[in-house]
Amino acid sequence: MSLLSIRNLNLSIHGTPILSGVSFDIAPGEILGVIGESGSGKSLTAFSVMQLLPDGSDCTGEIALADRQVLTANEPELCQMRGADLGMVFQEPMTALNPVQTIGAQVAETILIHQKVSRAEAMRRAAETLERCELPQDQFPLTRYPHELSGGQRQRVVIAMAIALQPKLLIADEPTTALDVTTQADILNLLKRLVDEDDMGLMLISHDLAVVTGLADRVVIIRKGQVVETGIAATLHQTMTHPYTKALFKASNHQPDRTETRIDAPLLQLTDVSRDYLLPRKAFFGPHPTFRAVDTVSFQIRRGECLGLVGESGCGKSTLTRAILGLEPIQRGQILLDGRDVFTDPDVRQKMQVVFQDPFGSFNPRHKVSRLVAEPFHRLGRGATLSEIDEALQSVGLETDDKHKYIHEFSGGQRQRIAIARALITKPELIVLDEAVSALDVSVRAQILDLLVDLSARFGLTYLFITHDLTVVRAIADRILVMQSGKIVETGDTDTLFNAPRETYTRRLLAAAPKLPA
Amino acid sequence: MLRFALKRLGSLVISLIVASLVIFSCIEVVPGDPASFMLGINAQPDTIAALREELGLNSSLPERYFSWISGMLTGDLGTSYTYRSPVSEIVAERLVISLPLATYALSLTVLIAFPVGVLAATRRGSVADISVMGATQLGVAIPNFWFAMLMVLVFAINLRWFSAGGFPGWDAGFFAAMKALTLPAIALALPQASILARVMRSSLLDTLSEDYIRTARAKGLSKRQALWRHALRNALIPVLTIIGLQFSFLLAGAIIIENVFFLPGLGRLVFQAISQRDLIVVESVVMLLVFAVIVVNFLVDLAYAWVDPRLRSRV
Repeated sequence: MSLLSIRNLNLSIHGTPILSGVSFDIAPGEILGVIGESGSGKSLTAFSVMQLLPDGSDCTGEIALADRQVLTANEPELCQMRGADLGMVFQEPMTALNPVQTIGAQVAETILIHQKVSRAEAMRRAAETLERCELPQDQFPLTRYPHELSGGQRQRVVIAMAIALQPKLLIADEPTTALDVTTQADILNLLKRLVDEDDMGLMLISHDLAVVTGLADRVVIIRKGQVVETGIAATLHQTMTHPYTKALFKASNHQPDRTETRIDAPLLQLTDVSRDYLLPRKAFFGPHPTFRAVDTVSFQIRRGECLGLVGESGCGKSTLTRAILGLEPIQRGQILLDGRDVFTDPDVRQKMQVVFQDPFGSFNPRHKVSRLVAEPFHRLGRGATLSEIDEALQSVGLETDDKHKYIHEFSGGQRQRIAIARALITKPELIVLDEAVSALDVSVRAQILDLLVDLSARFGLTYLFITHDLTVVRAIADRILVMQSGKIVETGDTDTLFNAPRETYTRRLLAAAPKLPA
Repeated sequence: MLRFALKRLGSLVISLIVASLVIFSCIEVVPGDPASFMLGINAQPDTIAALREELGLNSSLPERYFSWISGMLTGDLGTSYTYRSPVSEIVAERLVISLPLATYALSLTVLIAFPVGVLAATRRGSVADISVMGATQLGVAIPNFWFAMLMVLVFAINLRWFSAGGFPGWDAGFFAAMKALTLPAIALALPQASILARVMRSSLLDTLSEDYIRTARAKGLSKRQALWRHALRNALIPVLTIIGLQFSFLLAGAIIIENVFFLPGLGRLVFQAISQRDLIVVESVVMLLVFAVIVVNFLVDLAYAWVDPRLRSRV
C-alpha cells in the first residue's frame, strides 16, 4: 500500500492554473525525486501536500497520507499531521530557522507541540535527534543559536526539526541547492540514512537531475504543472520517452562546441596577491587581528582563454574577483591587466566587465533596457549610440526593439543575456563571470553557455569563469584553478584536472559532485 | 551579555562627555558674554560685573567646565538667576510631574499600540485592519493640543469626571495625582500609539512572511502559535527603536500639552528659561534631557541584545 497517494491534483492561485492532473504515489521507505524547472509547480506540489499554500489557492483532487485525506481535513487536523506525520525541509537553511531561538528550543518545539511531555524530556529528545542528524552535543549544544552555525549545519537542524517525531513522509524542497558540493553530498547521505532507518517516505524536490537520479528510487518529471514522465531513477536515461525529459538530460550534460582561441600572451596577471580583512579588536587598544581572505595568489589568464575558478563558499573567490575588478584594495602583490596596474591606472579597467549571478537583483527596475545596457559608458564620459545598443542586444540574441522595454518584462535567462550585452557594449577584452549561470534552469544555462562560447569566438573575448558548479566549469573552461582557504591549491588543464587530480581537496570536490548516469 | 552591557556603558559615558562639551561651548562660548546676554542691553556695567562674578565667568574656560561638571555630579546645578533658587530644586519640582507623565503616556502608548498592531497584522486586509489603518492615520494627523482641548470639553466640562487642568501634587495622594495626569497622558499617548501601532503592524507583517514562520507552520504550529512564538519577538527590534525615541520626546516635548493642562512640567520650564534668558537653567535642563536620551538609548540597546542573540555576539 502506498504511503502518499496524489490523484488528479489541480491547483490554481487567484484563478491562475498552477497544477493540473498531477498524480503519483510514494511507498514507505521509498525516495521519489520530483524534477522540474523553476515555475514548473514542483514546490507547490509539496506545499499542497502540507496544505501550506498562499492565500487565494484553490486545491482539488485527492491527496491521501496513509489513510487520511489531506484536502478534506480541517485546520486543526492539518496542524496535527504537520510535524508529526509529515515533515518538511526547505531550500534556504540560512533563513529557515528563527534567529532568536536556540536550536535546542526549535527542535524541542516539534515534540512539545504534538506530545504531552515535559520541557526537559523534549530537550533530551531534541539532543538525541540532533545527534542522529550528525550534530554531536559536545560541539553543537542545544544552546547554540542559528547564526553560530554554517549553512550545512543549519540544514541539519532543519532536518532534525522535521524528523524529530519520525514522520511517515519527509518532503525535502531543494534541500541542497544553497549548499557547497561536499556539504551537499553529506546532507544527501544523511537523508538517505534517515529514510533507511525510519522506513520513511521521502519526496525529494530538485531542479538538479544528477542529485535526484543519484539518490531517488523513482523519478517524476513535472513541466508546467503536469507530470510528463515517471520512471525508475537508475534507468531513466535509457527508458525516457518524453521529449522534455530527453531535453533536460541533454541540457544537463550540455557541452558547447569550443574551438581553441587562446594565444600565448597574458591578458591578466596576478602576482602574490593578498587581501587581509581587519577583525574587531580583542582588547580596547590592542592591535586588530587580521583575516587573510586571499593568500599570495598568483596566476595569469592568456588572451582568448576561458579560465575557471572553483571553490566552496568562503574560499575567497568573491574577494579575489572584486580585487581583480579594482573594487577591493589588496595588501600585497600586483594585478596587471594588459600590462597595466588596475589600482594605479584605473583607466585600464574599461577593458574588463563583469556579469553577476542574480539576474533579478542586478538591474535598476526603473530604467529601460537601452539605458541599462549603456551603463558602462558612464565611465567613458559619453552615452552609447543607438547602433551600439542595437549591436550589443543583437550579439546576445535579443531583438533591437527590446531596448524600449523594462527589465521586469524579461525572464531570468533573457535578463542574463541583457547583463552580458551590458558587459559587451564597451568592447572589453576580459569578462568576469561571477556565478553567471548558477541561478538559471538547465535548459537556459545550456543556451547561455553556447552564447558565451560563440561570443568568445566572434570577439576574441577572454573569460574568468567563477563558479561552484563543476559540471559547468568542465563544459566551458580551458583551464581550472581550484581555490581553498584563500589559496590556489591546484591548477591544470580542464581534462587533466578532472581525469587526474593531484590534490586531495580537488579529489574530494570531484567525488562529491553528483553525476548523471552516462 | 555582560560584556555587551559594559561596552554599551562605556560608549554611554563617552557620549555624555561629548554632549556636555557641546552644550557647554554652545552656551558659554558662542553667544559672546553670557552675563550681558542674560541682563539685556540696558544693564548697568556694575550689574554685569556682579553677575559675571556670580557666574564665575572670570575664571578660565576649563575651570568653568570642570566646576560645572563637578557641580552636576554632586547635585549642585547652580542658582537660577530669575527664580533665585537652586536649579536642582526647580528641576526636581518639574521632574516629579514630567517623569511620571512621560512614563504614564508611554505605558498607554504601548498598551494601545501592541494589541492594535498585532490585530491589524494578523487580519491583514480585513475590516479590522482597514479601520486600524484609518484610525491611526487620523491619530497621527490630529494635533494633540486640539484633541486635548476636546477631551477637556467632554470629560472635564461636560461630564466633570476630571479637572480641566492643574496638578494637586503627590501630597494629595497617588490616585488624585494620577487622575490629574490621565487626560494629558491620553492626549500625549494617542498620536504616539498611532505611530507605534503602524510600526508594529508593518514589522509584524514583514516577520510573518519570513521563511522561519513557514518552518514553524510545517512543524505543526497553528497560525496563532507561529505568531506568538516566532514572529512577535523578531518584530520587536524596530518597535523598540521607536519606543526609545518616543520616551525622550515625551519627557521634554510635552510643552503644548503641559500648557493646555496647566502642568508645571519640564517643557514649560525650558520654555520659560529660554524666554527669560536664564542660561543657568537652560544649560542644566538641556544636559539633563541629553542624559535622559542617552540613558534611554542605552536601555534600548540592552533590550535589542535581549531580543536578538546575534547582537550580543557581534560586539
